[in-house]
Amino acid sequence: MARDFIPKIATGNDLLEGDVVYFTESGDWTRDHGDAAVAGTEEQAQALLSRASGFPQQVVGVYLAEARIVNGRPAPVHFREVFRTRGPSNYPHHGRQARA
Amino acid sequence: MYDYTDFDAAFVRNRVAEFRDQVARRLDGSLTEDEFKPLRLMNGLYLQLHAYMLRVAIPYGTLNARKMRQLAHIADTWDKGYGHFTTRQNIQFNWPKLRDVPDILDALADVGLHAIQTSGNCIRNVTADHFAGAAADEIEDPRPTAELIRQWSTDHPEFAYLPRKFKVAVTGSPNDRAVTKAHDIGLRMLRDETGAPGYEVIVGGGLGRTPMIGKVVRDFLPKADLLPYLEAILRVYNLSGRRDNKYKARIKILVHETGLEEIRDLIEAEFQRTRAELPPVDPALLSSIEAAFAPPALARRPVPDLSRADAGLRSFIDTNVMAHRDPDHAIVSVSMKPVGGTPGDATSDQMRALADIAERYSHDELRISHEQNVILPHVHRADLPAVYDALRAAGLATANIGLVSDIIACPGMDYCALATARSIPIAQQIGTTFADLDAQADIGPLKIKISGCINACGHHHVGHIGVLGLDRAGVENYQITLGGDGTETATLGERTGPGFAYDEIVPAITRLIETYLRLREDRSETFLQAYRRLGMAPFKDALYAQERRADAA
Ligand code: SF4
Repeated sequence: MARDFIPKIATGNDLLEGDVVYFTESGDWTRDHGDAAVAGTEEQAQALLSRASGFPQQVVGVYLAEARIVNGRPAPVHFREVFRTRGPSNYPHHGRQARA
Repeated sequence: MYDYTDFDAAFVRNRVAEFRDQVARRLDGSLTEDEFKPLRLMNGLYLQLHAYMLRVAIPYGTLNARKMRQLAHIADTWDKGYGHFTTRQNIQFNWPKLRDVPDILDALADVGLHAIQTSGNCIRNVTADHFAGAAADEIEDPRPTAELIRQWSTDHPEFAYLPRKFKVAVTGSPNDRAVTKAHDIGLRMLRDETGAPGYEVIVGGGLGRTPMIGKVVRDFLPKADLLPYLEAILRVYNLSGRRDNKYKARIKILVHETGLEEIRDLIEAEFQRTRAELPPVDPALLSSIEAAFAPPALARRPVPDLSRADAGLRSFIDTNVMAHRDPDHAIVSVSMKPVGGTPGDATSDQMRALADIAERYSHDELRISHEQNVILPHVHRADLPAVYDALRAAGLATANIGLVSDIIACPGMDYCALATARSIPIAQQIGTTFADLDAQADIGPLKIKISGCINACGHHHVGHIGVLGLDRAGVENYQITLGGDGTETATLGERTGPGFAYDEIVPAITRLIETYLRLREDRSETFLQAYRRLGMAPFKDALYAQERRADAA
């Protein structure tokens, strides 16, 4: 892993439902942040973004988000990405957290 | 209640059919997201943090029971059983699915509602005083003016692609409850020395990144000249407003950079042309609009003495009930800020309860206020106990209007894709900290307004205490402003200094309020008055003294 590079994952929103999705190693989309594919270098990150952008009929607004590795799985770094994994803080039964 | 004409109804249905086709084409791949996005935004559909969001216009905040029930039906059928009332008198649904939106828009059209011009660089939903047609201090009902502007601006071909979004607010009362000075155009109804009706025209107000209080560009505009004059302002803005930088594209920047005198000359010159070009408004149309807003026939019944009512009802009357132009009647403000609740949220059951109460006790009228509350504008004073009981049964009788827990909070990072920090949990924590209504009544009138980013949808610049959520190196941070005022004496709040961490912001606000309680002359001196008398210094001390002591140690 290149020095000073913060690992990245690719994320976006599902076209039909609008909810948060993550791009996996196998080229699918998942609702589980921990299953996201991780890019460890800038080159890998650009390749990941380009692969993840190839689903315009399924996912919109694809971008790279920073991640850190916890127990071998990616975890969000920025609080915005933490909130995206959960859902709104005022309704604990809405959004992703409802399934937890 | 103003009902759509056949023309309006057909126009809205056509738009829904058009959007249905656009959604189908997006889903089958004939439209790319880049092509589709501007089309969905033209129909009020945003993609937010966790889901789509549909913003529905409530023109000048006026609803009847049938419309409110339909909003409840939409919340139950296609959303999660609730809706969010915003500072622009709209309602937002936070969880619609893309494929369902055409059906939602059809359901809205069934009751004369829509989502047109709730987004995009066009003239947005026109807002008005939420006490319109009822207020004791009113010169004239502002809603016929707002409706006329709605008709003029809807699908106006010349103003569909302005440099930026454009917001108009109208008040018919000298006491400004529509924040007219923080709009691109603010209209204040008044009468000239002969008693003829007209408007004071304010331009170039706005909050956001560069907050500005609007400037009076015309002291008196005769009523008949309204549309040519608005057309002139919009033309000047459309041609001269900056399109090179979206942060400088609002009319406030144009007014500021050009100077008031020069902009006035430009508008007046254009006005001479538009007045010659635009046919005058058909008087029959005007009188049909005015007739639709005619005051309801108010019942004559004895008014009971409620001074011995139980304490709950009395405090509700003291706090949430305002003077009606008819002394036997009252305006009831229903707080959508229960302790620990989300400002502006209503469940579908609550919407139905409000519809029932409005039908039974308020001449079938409801209003949404920019302060995210719901108004029952025409309640006979004899019905106040029954209204209070019905509201209490629906969990809607919190007696906190205008008090510390009656907070405006934008959706912030719990929903909004543009947010830099959360707003709602801060409002919830302040509400919980000051849950005791007697303590709130002791603190007195205090407007706390919270925005989750610099766009200032939570109007924090005009809060007595304003809170702006920011992102400081990946951590939520909250800046405080003091002394803002959104009324006829509009003032922008002043920044106190460095921001506060998420865990520190509510204690900081508590210190501000304690300082006010310690330093006020007596209970009659409000927080804003005390701030204006004392200045920033004692409040700044209360906020930062601990830090200074720590630095010195
Ligand atoms: S102020 Fe910012 S965070 Fe709040 S609703 Fe407006 S754009 Fe979103």
